[in-house]
Amino acid sequence: MTEADATFDAIVVGAGPAGSAAALALARAGHSVLLLERGAFPGAKNVYGGVIYGRVLDQVLPRWWEEVPVQRWVVRRATMVLTGTQALTIDFRSEAWGSAPYNGMTAYRADFDRWLAGKAVEAGARLVTSTVATDLLRDESGRVVGVRVDRPDGDLSARVVIACDGVNSLLARRAGFVPPAAAAHHALGVKEVLRLPREVIDERFGLRGNEGMNIEILGGTAGIAGGGFLHTNIDTVTLGVVLSLPQLAASGTRPEAVIAELKAHTAIARYLRGATVAEYSAHLIPEAGYDAMPALHHDGLLLAGDAAGMTLAAGIWLEGVNFAIGAGLAAGGAAARAIEAGNTSARGLAGYRQALEANFVLADHKRLRRAPALVLSRRLQTVYPSFINDFVESMFTVSNPVPKPGFLRLLLDVARRHRVRLRDLVGDVLRAVRVYR
Amino acid sequence: MNCYPLIPLEGLMSTVNFRVGKRAHIIVDSSVCMGCSLQSCVTACPAGLFVRTSDGGILFNYEQCFECGTCYMVCNAEGAITWTYPDGGNGVVFHRG
Repeated sequence: MTEADATFDAIVVGAGPAGSAAALALARAGHSVLLLERGAFPGAKNVYGGVIYGRVLDQVLPRWWEEVPVQRWVVRRATMVLTGTQALTIDFRSEAWGSAPYNGMTAYRADFDRWLAGKAVEAGARLVTSTVATDLLRDESGRVVGVRVDRPDGDLSARVVIACDGVNSLLARRAGFVPPAAAAHHALGVKEVLRLPREVIDERFGLRGNEGMNIEILGGTAGIAGGGFLHTNIDTVTLGVVLSLPQLAASGTRPEAVIAELKAHTAIARYLRGATVAEYSAHLIPEAGYDAMPALHHDGLLLAGDAAGMTLAAGIWLEGVNFAIGAGLAAGGAAARAIEAGNTSARGLAGYRQALEANFVLADHKRLRRAPALVLSRRLQTVYPSFINDFVESMFTVSNPVPKPGFLRLLLDVARRHRVRLRDLVGDVLRAVRVYR
Repeated sequence: MNCYPLIPLEGLMSTVNFRVGKRAHIIVDSSVCMGCSLQSCVTACPAGLFVRTSDGGILFNYEQCFECGTCYMVCNAEGAITWTYPDGGNGVVFHRG
């Protein structure tokens, strides 16, 4: 089989945000695209932290916000630092985020992924669901020439294959393009979607109409490195945790027990009173960022989205869907140009990497490459949450008739109690400044 | 430790939709597990599908699998878990993921 005999110009594996964006870009450039999805519908296998930052959709559709299947637009965003008995919350809201082009939206992936795949189909891509791509097909030189699927006569050929098959990245791993999966590079996200009447959600979270809130949580994960999140949908709220995989495995604590403990925290429980579970779910998250990313282009093959570890896990930013869409569009565009030039070798597809470096996908990842390690570091995870809560508590505790201590005295006292050396504290602050500058 | 009504895992799992296929997409070789002192899969699998048996092995059922990959990533024994996706259209169906 030669390249020119290929059945399709491109086969995209996985109709998640990366795959649908890639298929859309290829179809719009006039190429034949097969978009394969192993679920019964796009989104059936997908779980995430609940918020999509949609500006990347400007490249998909003008005024996308008028038809995207949104739950709520996030106008209020809070960061909560928890200990067992304390909570420090920084709470921000903006009216600007409540009107177009908006900032973040909550959405269910079954709705969003189906919508985005529909855009690819409208552009001319052929979507086939309920079909697993089990292996890459390669010629004698090792070049990828198609995929094998779990259907009768299931060898399909293409000039380019774009693997957007998610965090396990089975296609590229089996072929040796991606090294074996390391638990240390992954976190387990587990969440409960909880039913509450819409007006109860509005009242408890201080929202109205289609306004939404998103809270990220540091601490409250049973001593396992990670974090939590709580956000509003139309008539449900989602509470979830993200847990370092090696630490979860070593903890002896079950994931649902971590959520149960967080649910019972006094700062969280008041939001959830009377709620019933609508759906429990879990998914792995690639958290290692830039330094763990595999090579992204090969002869006849591109990798995009979580299959290439593209979720940005940088503490206050946990973003994946926008990175997947940005990478998918770039992959589809680069594949289209390579097909037109008649060269889909690794060299011909190198425009993909250049496009990613020129836009936010690799620029953000590269700039924040040290953030995942900082966010998961021991002091930040286990010492600073209680350190900062105790500092604020002593600041606001009125100790009459003892005179008020000065802030520096308080800081030194709290540091001593938590065995935090000032040297380490200053060092960590400087490190954070360097990581996020 | 706070007092709270713990929802048993079975209650949570009953909220999840599955289209169970005939083929077991994950196979666990319990004879390998018998030599494993950690058995991290028992702790980490979010669906709680790995159960210790009285003889020190592992009992596994693929039917309510989230297809997440946690088990093979935390497993430290070569060859204990053979991991694939269910056949097309089968397996977990998340509606609010």
